[in-house]
Amino acid sequence: MSGLKRTDLYDLHLELGAKMVPFAGYEMPVQYPMGVLKEHLHTRAEAGLFDVGHMGQVLVPASAAAALEALVPVSVAGLAPGRQRYAFFTNEAGGIRDDLMIAHLGEELLLVVNAACKEADFTLISAAIPEARMIADRGLLALQGPGAEAALARLLPGVAKMGFMQIDAFQWDGTELWISRSGYTGEDGYEISVPGNRAADFARELLAEPGVAPIGLGARDSLRLEAGLCLYGHDIDTTTSPIEAGLSWAIQKIRRRGGAREGGFPGAERILAELETGPARLRRGLAPEGRAPMREGVEIFATPEGGAPIGTVTSGGFGPSIGAPMAMAYLPADLPEGATVYGEVRGKRLPAKVVPMPFHPHSYKR
Amino acid sequence: MKFTEEHEWLRVEGDLVVVGITEHASEQLGDVVFVELPEVETQVAKGDDCAVIESVKAASDILAPVDGEIVEVNEAIVENPALVNEDPLGAAWFFKMKLDDMSQLDEFMDEDAYNDFIG
Repeated sequence: MSGLKRTDLYDLHLELGAKMVPFAGYEMPVQYPMGVLKEHLHTRAEAGLFDVGHMGQVLVPASAAAALEALVPVSVAGLAPGRQRYAFFTNEAGGIRDDLMIAHLGEELLLVVNAACKEADFTLISAAIPEARMIADRGLLALQGPGAEAALARLLPGVAKMGFMQIDAFQWDGTELWISRSGYTGEDGYEISVPGNRAADFARELLAEPGVAPIGLGARDSLRLEAGLCLYGHDIDTTTSPIEAGLSWAIQKIRRRGGAREGGFPGAERILAELETGPARLRRGLAPEGRAPMREGVEIFATPEGGAPIGTVTSGGFGPSIGAPMAMAYLPADLPEGATVYGEVRGKRLPAKVVPMPFHPHSYKR
Repeated sequence: MKFTEEHEWLRVEGDLVVVGITEHASEQLGDVVFVELPEVETQVAKGDDCAVIESVKAASDILAPVDGEIVEVNEAIVENPALVNEDPLGAAWFFKMKLDDMSQLDEFMDEDAYNDFIG
């Protein structure tokens, strides 16, 4: 696979028998010999270790919070040291350029952005904050699942008392790790930024813990979908507003109309108006009634025959933990929960119910 | 047992031919989560879409390997799609066909030729 980049764990993936695929410019493990379904279930039952080293890590001075607020509709100035928050870069049309995590490390803010967007994001960030640094020499691991705390705490006892969305620096074997209690599977767990030259060593330590198995991108996708979480480029993109995407919870009052730092980010006019009046369409959960998955691109209709599509599936598949298919689609916001719609799969309109998300309950450490 | 380039196997059973997918195919597909089978008494021509398999990764069509009539389908794999991964060459057969002409089987690979084919 020429022209593709590799993370610091590439050799370890091969050693573990991973099937490697191109993803966002990287050669990444889509699955290990366990297989997607069992890897998914293993993460929900015990603990899964994910290589997310392809994602971008950017550091900016903590004093740049105000400059960052000009790019994102969330309260960055209100983020306390040791805390992390979900955010998104918006565009002038009120769409989403990328979604990210912002973590306060004390002196600096750590921004973790999607692999496919990281170059564009860095251009955007450094135009606003010239001191911004892309950290290319650190890997990123995620340890997720009910066994994550016990496994990580055996190496670093201090992580056990962290709460959801807290971040702190830890010393491991002379190496500084930045660990947050967060993830993208709906499970309790941690994300660990580790110097690239120690990433494989640390991953091996974790894999040696009982119950920890390596998990590929295939299960990462079904886990995040069951958790109702958005995948950039599929469920959210430059044409979807955060309000349509159901992400208004991430916009704090202080950035909304009447707030002390109201607006001042790209697309504020549309986004703040949609917050007050409600969007015309909304990202909704769908539970297909049969077993047939409704995948990305499946058109949704209001009736079993005729009429124009009322939306399109943005992510869909089979949920191993719910034992049934599940999908997300942008649909008219006024469709009530429980309404039946029809997805056209291989020329047949199959019924699906509009349901709340997540499909599988979150188990964050609040 | 005969094998097609589309990774199906065919086994003669009296005057019928039983059709399934190979172990190689089931490994490549990954965990199967949904199977749709044809109606019995359907007349199919070689190359017609006649069944659907969906794995955790993607949907794939199963093509009719020969001309003939579908006379029986295996509801067990509709009820339990995981059977396709567990026993692709045995319990997870897909359908049985009555062939218009049994000599259609002559063109297909034997096991050694198929193993060479998948390398």
